[in-house]
Amino acid sequence: RSDSYAELSQYRDQHFRGTRYDQERLLRKSCTLYVGNLSFYTTEEQIHELFGKSGDIKKVIMGLDKVKKTACGFCFVEYYARGDAENAMRYINGTRLDDRIIRTDWDAGFKEGRQYGRGRSGGQVRDEYRQDYDAGRGGYGKTVQ
Amino acid sequence: MSRRRHSDDSDAGQPHKRRRTSEPSELEERLESLICRVGEKSNSSLESNLEGLAGVLEADLPNYKSKILRILCTVARLLPEKLTVYTTLVGLLNARNYNFGGEFVEAMIRQLKECLKVNMYNEAVHLVRFLSDLVNCHVIAAPSMVAMFENFVSVTQEEDVPQVRCDWYMFAFLSSLPWVGKELYEKKDAEMDRLLSQAESYLKRRQKIHVPMLQVWTADKPHPQEEYLDCLWSQIQKLKKDRWQERHILRPYLAFDSVLCEALQHNLPPFTPPPHTEDSVYPMPRVIFRMFDYTDDPEGPVMPGSHSVERFVIEENLHCIIKSHWKERKTCAAQLLSYPGNNKIPLNYHIVEVIFAELFQLPSPPHIEVMYTTLLIELCKLQPGSLPQVLAQATEMLYMRLDTMNTTCVDRFINWFSHHLSNFQFRWSWEDWSDCLTQDLEKPKPKFVREVLEKCMRLSYHQRIIDIVPASFSVLSPANPVCIYKYGDESNRSLPGYTVALCLTIAIKNKASNDEIFSILKDVPNPNQDDDDGEGFTFNPLKIEVFVQTLLHLAAKSFSHSFSALAKFHEVFKTLAESDEGKLHVLRVVYEVWKNHPQMIAVLVDKMIRTQIVDCAAVANWIFSSELAHDFTRFYIWEILHSTIRKMNKHVLKIHKELEETKARLARQHKR
Repeated sequence: RSDSYAELSQYRDQHFRGTRYDQERLLRKSCTLYVGNLSFYTTEEQIHELFGKSGDIKKVIMGLDKVKKTACGFCFVEYYARGDAENAMRYINGTRLDDRIIRTDWDAGFKEGRQYGRGRSGGQVRDEYRQDYDAGRGGYGKTVQ
Repeated sequence: MSRRRHSDDSDAGQPHKRRRTSEPSELEERLESLICRVGEKSNSSLESNLEGLAGVLEADLPNYKSKILRILCTVARLLPEKLTVYTTLVGLLNARNYNFGGEFVEAMIRQLKECLKVNMYNEAVHLVRFLSDLVNCHVIAAPSMVAMFENFVSVTQEEDVPQVRCDWYMFAFLSSLPWVGKELYEKKDAEMDRLLSQAESYLKRRQKIHVPMLQVWTADKPHPQEEYLDCLWSQIQKLKKDRWQERHILRPYLAFDSVLCEALQHNLPPFTPPPHTEDSVYPMPRVIFRMFDYTDDPEGPVMPGSHSVERFVIEENLHCIIKSHWKERKTCAAQLLSYPGNNKIPLNYHIVEVIFAELFQLPSPPHIEVMYTTLLIELCKLQPGSLPQVLAQATEMLYMRLDTMNTTCVDRFINWFSHHLSNFQFRWSWEDWSDCLTQDLEKPKPKFVREVLEKCMRLSYHQRIIDIVPASFSVLSPANPVCIYKYGDESNRSLPGYTVALCLTIAIKNKASNDEIFSILKDVPNPNQDDDDGEGFTFNPLKIEVFVQTLLHLAAKSFSHSFSALAKFHEVFKTLAESDEGKLHVLRVVYEVWKNHPQMIAVLVDKMIRTQIVDCAAVANWIFSSELAHDFTRFYIWEILHSTIRKMNKHVLKIHKELEETKARLARQHKR
């Protein structure tokens, strides 16, 4: 029986310490989701309310700009049970939070340091290079600014 | 469908060399795919697809018979919405190969017995229906089907068995009649009349005390919430009155009548229902949810009446589609919308009704609630010109009937509606509901709107909610979720504990240790005048108040800040809340600080239970205390209570499992 929403995506974290095999093993039993395309103004409370609909949340870790230490549009949501994370992948991924379509993906697990954006300016890489204007993500991309 | 290819379950019993090359498994996968997807995405008609597939399978029978048998048995069990497609296929195969037909029937009976043994009653119904439709395909002889149904109905004569057992056998019989009633009645009318009269007398004498518990509305208007067997009985009676003419079910086998009626039929072996055992668990009874009738879509095709057999078949099939595809929301939506006959029936209305039937099902929905929200959003995406209007109409109807709606269902309605709105910029014609503003705020309609707005706020932010509702609705708007710090104002400096609170604030900001906190708190007098044991660790409500107020205020910025605070000062919490009164008082202070922010109260209570600062009993006592009586009917109170009970249940299950595992380990050790 197909369950494509809960499968691993093609994305693999390039900064992961360990083999590809290790990473995939962790992804397959993970209870942690990466959540992307958040507005910079989306709060932990909103994330908790939305993602709480698929099960009890153990922890939300907000993604931060490495320089400014403010929210930069992503977060991690960790559940107590993998089944609850799977339901988030099936039913919360691709729906709206703060009027934005958010995207969820499996994460191998939070490690200190991973809460920071990896873009040169401190935010996420995608906000370095994008050309469009996005009011919820600081306006234009950093290279445009 | 299972894709496992374990060597022990494929060709058992067949005098057949097992090949280990990759070729056969590719062929097997192709067979599975051909069978499961027959008729999909094809330019030719279903009939010619079936004809073609029957030819292919007939050719493959010598080498792959057991595999084909297994696949067909599985689709019979798991794809009930395509029942008649596969009975036709089996009919064609039986016409070409009588032995295969016989083996298939035997395999189905084996599968049916197996399902009943392991309490898979819902799937067993599909198998029974499949077998009965095989009568229409000239695979099974009608008299032998009637005989099986006679054995089913005689279960209602068994003594000392649960009513739900008899219910199931009655349901399996009655619910097959839309497919095969006509054929059976034509061949064996006297026997069928006898069966139907036995059915009638069973239905009259069975107990129905479960009905009020399962009804979504207590009112009978506009649609009575009927017990499921009663409703089915009315539908079958009407079908009989209509001389068993049933026009909704797609019957591909009709096109092959000339071929099929040449086929030799098989007799079902006598089927004895397996006896009731202690381990038997039968499906729970249901109440049929109805919210629409033909008056609700005056411009479209007419909705079949509540006692028409068409209504039964449509609802069954739509529920089956959801059951098959609930994990894949886009597929599920597409399959629902491509349900055949959608220009003769108001399909959007049926779909919305079936989805709400599941969402509001008591005691619990078949699937997780959020699935239904997302499924409805997918449906709106696929039918943007029509489905949102039906959904708005449904919402309006549900709102109108809040006064008699079961509270649990109202909660689910609140959750669904607020989450749905958050995906559509909270656009709603709130003025249409201004009738609720003139009512007492505790009445269902204003209460519903208040709770919806509160939930909407949780998914956005306070000012957004103020902006989306008309000014007249401000009385129903949620409070700004700010923290209330008792010792924050200079004007409160006369409060006992004020100076200690100030001290504590500075200390915490300077990263004081737990010990330093304890020594600061020593200065707090105990209003209880109890014997102090010198350490100052007996229940001191003022100490608790000063500490908890100050800490929560300092950590008010976010959930994470508050959780960190709970973790950092865990020791202090544990000590202050050691006694039962201490635990209760901690909860009271949390409420006092955060009464504007129920979501924060809920997450703090959850964290405090998980870190054992308070226990479930303390939470229950707090919720049922007189101080919270004024909030007793607010949704957040019940969210906290249900969440607490769930945690307790999980905990009990976990340690029960550990106990069983330890017992098993001990037993194994003793054996050595």
